[in-house]
Amino acid sequence: MMNDLIDMFFSWNTNKNSREKAKRRLQLILAHDRANMNPAMLHLMREEILAVVARYVEVNRDEMEIELENSERMTALIANLPIVKFKSSPLSEENHQPIPADINLDLT
Amino acid sequence: MSRIIVVTSGKGGVGKTTVTSNLGAAIAQLGRTVALIDADFGLRNLDILLGLEERVVYTALDVLSGECRLAQALVKDKRIKGLVLLPAAQNRNKESVQPEQMKKITSALTKGYDYILIDSPAGIEMGFRNAIAAATEAIIVTTPEVAAVRDADRVIGLLEAEGIHNIRLIINRVRPEMVQTNKMMSVEDVLELLAVPLVGVIPDDEKVIVATNKGEPLVIAEDYSLPALSFTNIARRLEGEKVPFMDLMAEQNNILTRIRRIFGG
Repeated sequence: MMNDLIDMFFSWNTNKNSREKAKRRLQLILAHDRANMNPAMLHLMREEILAVVARYVEVNRDEMEIELENSERMTALIANLPIVKFKSSPLSEENHQPIPADINLDLT
Repeated sequence: MSRIIVVTSGKGGVGKTTVTSNLGAAIAQLGRTVALIDADFGLRNLDILLGLEERVVYTALDVLSGECRLAQALVKDKRIKGLVLLPAAQNRNKESVQPEQMKKITSALTKGYDYILIDSPAGIEMGFRNAIAAATEAIIVTTPEVAAVRDADRVIGLLEAEGIHNIRLIINRVRPEMVQTNKMMSVEDVLELLAVPLVGVIPDDEKVIVATNKGEPLVIAEDYSLPALSFTNIARRLEGEKVPFMDLMAEQNNILTRIRRIFGG
């Protein structure tokens, strides 16, 4: 009892909640296991999604989340992408259509 | 119709065999006939936990090779009416049996027993495949630890892929005092992660070890304990009764844990 009390006072501010930590780690692990997708593939998918989104809006990369999540044995891809700025035109350089050579600009 | 239930976990050491033996005894005590199959070929233990090791003469392999009749291989538990064990061979490995052979033995047992409980080996290889081959229901045993929960989830996926959808969960070795101080995942945490229905919670209790030391199922021990009650409750739930889950936390609500909670330790 005394030892328990001493333990408690010395440890109450460190390592507070390993229960929550276990649960959070498992949520991620199970999502990946169930999706049967390796981290490299997930990374690639994330980068491709971001590349598409970046054509239209500017995303805050430090605050964003793209994760697999689970509930009731269903897996979902959840993306939370805070937008910094909307682009006035959705077209970036690579989207500019080249002007066809045979265009007719005749005014007469 | 007899029920064929595999007890499995993925991870080893979470209490599969302890659950199989005690649950089998608890169901038999309710007046049902129960055959326990040890499917852990090469590492058999179910006979020891039941205290029947000295009475094993033949094994499932002897039945399969025609060395003896099925009835000769079954070891009757003299303390509990209606409970029998079909032992695994100890001198062979898990590859010496085929899923088809397990199905044959199990279907023969359904003619004489209400429940057939199959104690699966750890892992997800051949031994596991054999153990689940004949089963129509599964009980997953896990503990509130990360590795055990992860493996349980994997096994649930494999069972579903094999068409076994009647899957229920037993959470073993719960320590309420650790849950209350946020040092262990709670029953609710594990259920939320695994999302399969709960059939029982077994507290971490030294009486379980004492019972295995003696080779005596908990439900027939002289001093009826909390884990013994857990097993009887699971047996009743399998029988379709609505038995409320025990509040393990209530017992822990003493002054020390209250102080601890205030300090968040």
